[in-house]
Amino acid sequence: MQVGELVKKLGLEEVQPLLQDQPIQGGYTSDLLSDVMAHAQAGQVLITIQAHKNTIAVAGLIGIPAIIIANNRPLPEDMIEAARKEQIGLFRSGENQFILSGKLFQILYPNPV
Amino acid sequence: MSSIPINTQDSPPFLLDLIYRLKVKDVMTSKVITARKNTTLRQIQQIMKEKSITGVPITDQKGKRLLGIVSMDDIISALDEGYIEDPAEKHMSRNLIVLEDDMPLQFAISYLDKYRYGRFPVLNKNRELVGIITSRDIIIALLVEANKEVEKLEQKISSPHLLPGEDLRLEYNVRKFDFENAGKASADIKRRLMEKGVGPQVLRRIAVASYELEMNLVVHSEGGTLIFIQRGDRVEILAQDSGPGIEDINQALEEGYSTANEWIRSLGFGAGMGLPNARRVSDEFTIESKKGEGTRVRAAIYLSGSSKAEDEAKNA
Repeated sequence: MQVGELVKKLGLEEVQPLLQDQPIQGGYTSDLLSDVMAHAQAGQVLITIQAHKNTIAVAGLIGIPAIIIANNRPLPEDMIEAARKEQIGLFRSGENQFILSGKLFQILYPNPV
Repeated sequence: MSSIPINTQDSPPFLLDLIYRLKVKDVMTSKVITARKNTTLRQIQQIMKEKSITGVPITDQKGKRLLGIVSMDDIISALDEGYIEDPAEKHMSRNLIVLEDDMPLQFAISYLDKYRYGRFPVLNKNRELVGIITSRDIIIALLVEANKEVEKLEQKISSPHLLPGEDLRLEYNVRKFDFENAGKASADIKRRLMEKGVGPQVLRRIAVASYELEMNLVVHSEGGTLIFIQRGDRVEILAQDSGPGIEDINQALEEGYSTANEWIRSLGFGAGMGLPNARRVSDEFTIESKKGEGTRVRAAIYLSGSSKAEDEAKNA
C-alpha cells in the first residue's frame, strides 16, 4: 500500500503530503530517536509524538517515507518546512500511538500468524 | 535620510544577482490583512494593534480588487482631527504605489528608497491583490540568502586537503546544543555516498554511526568536529571534541546509560543508545577520552560489507 492510501484509511490530517507517493513496508512506533535510529527500517512509517525538526532528520537518514504524529501534538513551522524539503510525508492524528499502531498493524497484516 | 546603499556599479556580483533573481512574490507576505471601504478607521486602528502592522489595504468583498490603503499616519491624523469613526473610504489613500509580483526585488528596494512608504501592496498581472511587501520582509529574505551564500563560501574556504591515501575528506564543525543544525553533517555524508553508489545496507550503517557521533557532539560535548574520510575500501568517521571528557568509557558504552539532562530527554535524545548503536554498526570502533579534556571517537566501516553486515541484517 502507498502512503496516500494509508492516510485516507486512517483519516489523518495532511500537514505536509508527499509530492510523489511512496510504498509502505511496515511501521515503527517510538519516541526515542536513538531507538528509531537503531531499529527502524527504510520504508517504515514512523508513529511518534516527537514533534520537532530532528525527527525529520532521523527519518531522512533511515529512509522513512512518512511520519504520523499522534495525540494532535502541535507542529512547529520549521519541522513542516524540513519535511517539505526532505520530501518526507508529515501527518497528524488525534488518536494515540497505541490506537494508531493497532490500526496500522491491522491494515498491513490483515491475516497475522 | 540617506539612500539605501545598493550601488549598481560597485556592489559584489552575488548581491546584484540576488536582488534581480529574487522576485517580489518570493519575498512578500501573501496573507494580506485587508479591510472593506465601510470599515471605520477606529476598527482599522484595532486591526493594526492586534496584528502589529502599520498599513491596511482596503479591498472589495472578495479581497482581490485594491481600492486604497490606510496607514498609521492616516490613523494619527484621524485621532488628531476627530474623524476616527469615519469609514475608511472617506480618508484612504487612493494614489497607490504598487508592485507587481513578477518584478525583481531590486524594484522593491528602489521603491522603498524613492517613495518613503513602509509597505507596498503587490498585484498580479490581472491587477488582483496577491500580497504585501514591507522592509521587514526584504530584510529577512536578504539575510536568509546571504546566510546560504556565506555558508557555501565558508565550505569552499575550509575545504580540507586530502592526505595521501584519501579519496574523500569532509569536515564539519558541530556546535554544542545546536539542534537547529543537528544531523545535517550526517545527511550530507549520506547524500554524497549515495551519489557514489554505495549500497543501502552499508549506507545505513554509515548513516547511523555518523548520526550518533554527530548527536553526541551536539548533546554532550562543548562542541567539536566531525570528520569523514574515505580511504579506498573503507570509510572512517572521527568525532573529536574539546570537552568535557568521559569519566567511565565502559559505562558510556552501556545501553541505556546516559548523562543527558531532562530537557534533552524530552526531545527524544539521551536514551543512552548513541555509542552502543554506533559501535554495533561499525567494523572498527575506538574511543579515547579523559575527563576534563576531550574525547575522540573513531568508527570505521568497510564498504565491501562484512560479516558484521550480515549480522546487522539478521538483527534488523
